[in-house]
Amino acid sequence: MSDRRNTFLVKEHISGLPNRWDLLALLIILTVFIALSHAARQMAMPYQVGEILPISLDPSHLPMYALRTVLRLIIALFFSLLFTFIFAAWAAKSRRAEKIIIPMIDIFQSVPVLGFLSIAIVSFIHLFPNSLLGPECAVIFVIFTSQAWNMALSFYQSLRTVPADFREAAAMFQLSAWQRFWRVDVPYAMPGLLWNMMLSMSGSWFFIVFSEAITIADQRILLPGIGSYIAEAIIQTDIRAEVYAIIAMLIVILLYDQLLFRPLLYWAERFKVSQTIEEDPASAPLLTELFHRVKSLHWIRLYFHRLTNVFINNRFCNHKLRHKPTALNNTRRYWHNLLWNIGLFMVIGLTLYSLYRFIQQAVTLHEVLHVLFLGLITTCRVAVLLVVASLIWVPLGVWIGMNSRATRIVQPIVQFLAAFPANLFYPLFVIVILTYHLNVNIWVTPLMILGSQWYVLFNVIAGASTLPKDLYFATANFGVRGFLWWRKLVLPGIFPFYVTGAMTAAGGAWNASIAAEVVSWGKTQLVATGLGAYITQYTTKGDFQRIALGVAVMCFYVLLLNRLLWKPLYTLAEERYSLTALSEA
Amino acid sequence: MIMKKALLSVNNICKSFKKENAPDLLVLKDVNFTLYEGEIVALLGRSGSGKSTLLRIIAGLIKPSSGSVIYRGKPLLGPAESIAMVFQHFALLPWLSVLQNVELGLEAQGLHREERRTKALKAIDIVGLDGFESALPKELSGGMCQRVGFARALVVEPDILLMDEPFSALDVLTAENLRSDLLDLWQVRKAKNRTSGMIFVTHNIEEATFLADRIIIFDSDPGAVRAEMPVLLPHPRDEQALRFRNTVHDVYKLMTTEEKAGANTVEERYKDIGIGYRLPDVNIAEVIGLLETIEDEGENDTMDLPELAESTQLAVDELFPLTEVLEVLRFAIVSQGLIHITSAGKRFVELGLLERKSVFARHLIRYVPLARHIRQVLDEKEMHAVSEDFFLKELAEFFSEEEAERVLRVIIEWGRYAEILAYNYNTGLLSLENPS
Repeated sequence: MSDRRNTFLVKEHISGLPNRWDLLALLIILTVFIALSHAARQMAMPYQVGEILPISLDPSHLPMYALRTVLRLIIALFFSLLFTFIFAAWAAKSRRAEKIIIPMIDIFQSVPVLGFLSIAIVSFIHLFPNSLLGPECAVIFVIFTSQAWNMALSFYQSLRTVPADFREAAAMFQLSAWQRFWRVDVPYAMPGLLWNMMLSMSGSWFFIVFSEAITIADQRILLPGIGSYIAEAIIQTDIRAEVYAIIAMLIVILLYDQLLFRPLLYWAERFKVSQTIEEDPASAPLLTELFHRVKSLHWIRLYFHRLTNVFINNRFCNHKLRHKPTALNNTRRYWHNLLWNIGLFMVIGLTLYSLYRFIQQAVTLHEVLHVLFLGLITTCRVAVLLVVASLIWVPLGVWIGMNSRATRIVQPIVQFLAAFPANLFYPLFVIVILTYHLNVNIWVTPLMILGSQWYVLFNVIAGASTLPKDLYFATANFGVRGFLWWRKLVLPGIFPFYVTGAMTAAGGAWNASIAAEVVSWGKTQLVATGLGAYITQYTTKGDFQRIALGVAVMCFYVLLLNRLLWKPLYTLAEERYSLTALSEA
Repeated sequence: MIMKKALLSVNNICKSFKKENAPDLLVLKDVNFTLYEGEIVALLGRSGSGKSTLLRIIAGLIKPSSGSVIYRGKPLLGPAESIAMVFQHFALLPWLSVLQNVELGLEAQGLHREERRTKALKAIDIVGLDGFESALPKELSGGMCQRVGFARALVVEPDILLMDEPFSALDVLTAENLRSDLLDLWQVRKAKNRTSGMIFVTHNIEEATFLADRIIIFDSDPGAVRAEMPVLLPHPRDEQALRFRNTVHDVYKLMTTEEKAGANTVEERYKDIGIGYRLPDVNIAEVIGLLETIEDEGENDTMDLPELAESTQLAVDELFPLTEVLEVLRFAIVSQGLIHITSAGKRFVELGLLERKSVFARHLIRYVPLARHIRQVLDEKEMHAVSEDFFLKELAEFFSEEEAERVLRVIIEWGRYAEILAYNYNTGLLSLENPS
């Protein structure tokens, strides 16, 4: 009887010798570990500004470059998580912090990430003079800014919507704030957070490829990595190296998907709050499958359980809550709030004023108007691209989504394409433009949406495949066909999904404009008229006032479009066309 | 009589929710009662009677606006270690295994790992879930989940056990099975002096009669104690026994009899309902169905409420809102545990579909002030159309925002059935004409 008590420990996992799977698992872990630490050691090499680190186009160097790129990404992800856990949690727990943090994140989200790369590099070089750590940190910081915001927002939303039941149970059983955070809040937020982490990571490949090789104030800085490898290939007009880089990237993204995210997503299944088991649970990814077979791992898991136990239940972090009989009285609270708000407005005012003074030193009103005009051009580009992408991908996406076999095959590929940094393909386009003497202003445009168009396709497929089969049958039964079928069934049905996809694609296109409006191949440089080109050109010159102006204007356009276009569309989609809202009413 | 020792007492509890630009919403008014040692008390009432709010105040999860909860001689200021709670929808953390869920309270107490495990395993054993320790909640049925809920509450050795409609999310058979198991557990713990009191919230009269030593019946809107009734039947109670049925009938009687003299006619009772009357959330088809059932099955158009509940398979929580609407519309009268169809109600049932609508419309406008008001406003406006926001703003004087939306939704539904108004979901416009 007594050992039946321990059935949950599954006996065969405890005893037994290591098997061949143990060896394989050990090998994988050690390889990853050694590779990463090797790459990390090289990050703090001595370095002087102006010195150009030699980038070799020999493909044998590519694995090392890829590794360093990945390492930067992982470090940035770590800091994004740290930021999320601290600031999003703070915003969720404190009304006052919320009032600052959430609008800030909202605005940061619309700041073009690549815009402030130059500013970041200059500050970090000051912070770590004579070391490669300066540029390294700057790039990592930029990647961080491309990842952190949506992760933090998702985490904050989750914390705010922890079901009342869980909150009450936690209070009833006297969990301390620390215990509650790790036992209730974090697990509840996990599926959303992971999904956003994946989105962030997909986006960051693009940014990291761009930022590793940058010219600022006429100083060329090349950080060893895939991005620099490509930059070098462009300068030397080496098409073969170009192809090598694309292949290397393909392998890297495949590996990171299999080694990191598939297992994580599989693991996160248990955090989903639904009372039923899914009929067709996702099969375990390869790595998870492997580790399930590893015997020695169960010792590690047991040890891990112990570690989390100490982490969550240790005495330092857990203080008993004291219930105080009286709270702050109302008038005092009123004054506290008032003072707080006044302080806040003063800080905002001062910041705006200093930004104004900074830009005004060098720029005339005329130039500001000109930059606004450039912004308008880029806006037009984004709009035209969205329309074109929608015309192509909506019909295709619907067709794929209706066919469940096609969906199963295409969906992972599209996800993969969305992660693939589109700027690897830019040189190929440039070659085409050069050979056929095409109009730069028009033909550079597609580059902007090369990477983010997949979000439209991806979401449309998801929408078409979740539309209830009954509705397809019903429309077929009543002979609804052709244009009527699109107008009455499909377009309204996929609308919420389409809006999400189009919004993401537009955001991506804005960011890409900085990389796409100025492209080069060898010595030739193609420059399109637009806000992105403006920012890039002044980054090369190191004119910080004009960079600030360009970034501010872009920020202004993105915010304006978000408020006037996307938010209303989003609300409409949620209230009117959401199928879940229908069934709940 | 032996002096009973008070375990927990609730003194003059009032609870109101603050609203901007409007009077506070009073949910509980002057509630007083005492839980004595060794007693099970049922808080019985319809939804909206604030009984769940009261339970949360006793648990220390919500602070009362005024009044106090005294537990073993000391005021209660927040959740206490020796008071545990079982939740309606179990509130199990889906990412923790059964064992980890049960360990939750012990973890908070700072118990050592081994000790926690031993205690939790024992508690799981006691509720009959041995072998399910490593299962996740989503693998379990509702009944088993609630057993985990009980284990989690009992493992912290609570002095008082609170339960918020613990069986209402379960099917009938499972609930019955779990109820008797709970009673057995209670007898054992009481004998060992390990748990000294139990309070549970329910809207099920049979359940209250089956489990409780004393039933406290709540009035709704605002919630207040209407009556207290001891249940003197010995355990185990037989639900089919005549004495049990009689007790159930007595509870029905208490719930449907007004203590105010003269308020026993419908005219009196619903004379002063105004625009701020909280329309029950019911479906017209159900109201008519109920009327038809009474007409069919009742003798002399009169029916016993417990009998009606059984024949329609409706819980009190679902039945009473329906009878209330019948009373408001003057189609029926409820008193002394009986429901009787009025002559108007009788006529209504005998009519065809379209004639019913016009009678319903007449009664609706005559007896429901909100319907009358909306109709009046629509008549006066030039375009005979008004935005829903207009009425929501008016209703906000009486209700919370959510409640105002609910009440307006209900009256729109009724008004659409009666064809006294039209409503466009997209534009949010209420109007007179039906769309052409």
